[in-house]
Amino acid sequence: MKFLRDTWLVYQRQMLLVGRTPARLVIGFLQPIAYLLLFAPLLKNALSSTGATSYADAYRVYVPGLLVVLVLLSGFFAGFGLLAELRSGVIERSRVTPASRVALILGRALSEVTTLMGQAVVITVVAIPFGLTVDLGWLLVAYVMLALMALMACGFSYAIAMLIPSPAALGPLINTISQPLSLLSGVLLPLTLAPAWLVGIAEWNPIYWTTNGTRALFTGNPGDPAVWQGMVVIIVLAAITVTWATKMFAKQVR
Amino acid sequence: MIEVKGLRKSFTVGKRRKARSVEAVRGVDLSVAEGEIFGFLGPNGAGKTTTARILCTLVEPDGGDAVIAGADLREDPGTVRQRVGYVPQGGTTTDEVTAREELVLQARMYGIGKAEAIERSEKALASFELTEFADRQCRTYSGGQRRRVDIAMGIIHEPKVLFLDEPTTGLDPQSRAHLWDEVRRLRDAGMTVFLTTHYLEEADALCDRIAIIDHGEIVALGTPTELKHGVAGDVVTVGLNGAAPRAAELLEGSSYVRKLEVGEGGLRLYVEDGTTAMPQIMRALDGHDIAFDTVELHRPSLDDVFLIKTGRSLRDK
Repeated sequence: MKFLRDTWLVYQRQMLLVGRTPARLVIGFLQPIAYLLLFAPLLKNALSSTGATSYADAYRVYVPGLLVVLVLLSGFFAGFGLLAELRSGVIERSRVTPASRVALILGRALSEVTTLMGQAVVITVVAIPFGLTVDLGWLLVAYVMLALMALMACGFSYAIAMLIPSPAALGPLINTISQPLSLLSGVLLPLTLAPAWLVGIAEWNPIYWTTNGTRALFTGNPGDPAVWQGMVVIIVLAAITVTWATKMFAKQVR
Repeated sequence: MIEVKGLRKSFTVGKRRKARSVEAVRGVDLSVAEGEIFGFLGPNGAGKTTTARILCTLVEPDGGDAVIAGADLREDPGTVRQRVGYVPQGGTTTDEVTAREELVLQARMYGIGKAEAIERSEKALASFELTEFADRQCRTYSGGQRRRVDIAMGIIHEPKVLFLDEPTTGLDPQSRAHLWDEVRRLRDAGMTVFLTTHYLEEADALCDRIAIIDHGEIVALGTPTELKHGVAGDVVTVGLNGAAPRAAELLEGSSYVRKLEVGEGGLRLYVEDGTTAMPQIMRALDGHDIAFDTVELHRPSLDDVFLIKTGRSLRDK
């Protein structure tokens, strides 16, 4: 009970800050929107070999990939925020209270997830005039999968940030990890276009499974095994990284 | 209210082959009575902050024991947290949030219900004269106002002991005097205050008792008056124009000079009895044609206590 209450307090506070710094939100949007407007239109022709015949088809393939990149990359950078807060004394102030240590980190992660999901909804809505059509029920399931991906990425980023508490070293490291992860998941173009050896490597990348799952939900194939496979993969991964992050945090900040 | 025995803590600095262990706190013993303002005076890096952070449960000690407000630091850190307040050095307010929001949140983090948190924040705002701008974002506050919000947050749960880490660093003289009054008011209301400072004036004027700490060890402990009286004799300062080294050479080892320091623009001499030593000093300088501008007689200050105990002046920092 106390743990839930403390998590809620931290969450509320972080959401308040998100509302007070709208600039951050807008900057988070700009890149995905640019891709949506300037890159996605190329895909109708590029994807014709996979059977895409309309912009709607292209967007149904591309938007889920874009959302995966959004939650994954933004989530991976959440550690920077944590480092800044550790330096500013805000976390110090919470640590002298009897509040649950796990709540201090979980409340923060959940607020990041909320922000990212808000951005995901806006991007989905922006894509509708371009011809994106998607079943609302399956869309919600896709959002759950994306939220878990965001949570997994935040947990990972927090843990890494506490392992290497230097922003200068953290940036390159996060980039080094996130770039192959996203390229090997087929977020830009589905890996059905890829040669067999590339798919062979990608199958070792958990994000490949979740991207396929999200895409299957968007393209109206909820029965595709990729959906449950992706869901299982991401639930396990999110549980692992969040546990790791909370353990690191509790150790680091008694 | 605070009983500390043999507290020690070392940190590892550097990486791998260059790594070495630094003893930040080496065997600190102290005892703070209920309702006193206890000052921890020392230069930067002396171990003041580390000691305060250990006592607030933020850092785990390597050795030693402490009982704070009746709770054992090792056995029962949860209870210690409930009973102490801590105001860190750098300040803890967030730019985009108002003082009222900060206070309500902090109260709620201590498990206080919403209605009561709001009520307590209202009271704290009034008593720290923050009501006027309580609903403005903290970014608009002055340094002194921000510090008052920090302290108000530190006592929102009515702790028995309040730890203040360098509470007046960076404040202008007026805000500093104002803050001293706030701290005295808390003491008069029955709170025990443990503060760290590197300002001699602050230790002297504000604290009921002082521990002087250097290199992780307490080198002197007592009331400011006791400490100053502990330095026997008087202090004579002689203003010299560039002739300080020559004068030091001359006076070093004189029977009437106990200890001698060469400072900027002159000498600082510790003597048994100022009234007899002063004429002797002046005669000696005159006899060697060393011109001096001023000769002054003082009672020892806390800086002299520090100098005698450590061989260094706190003012040089």
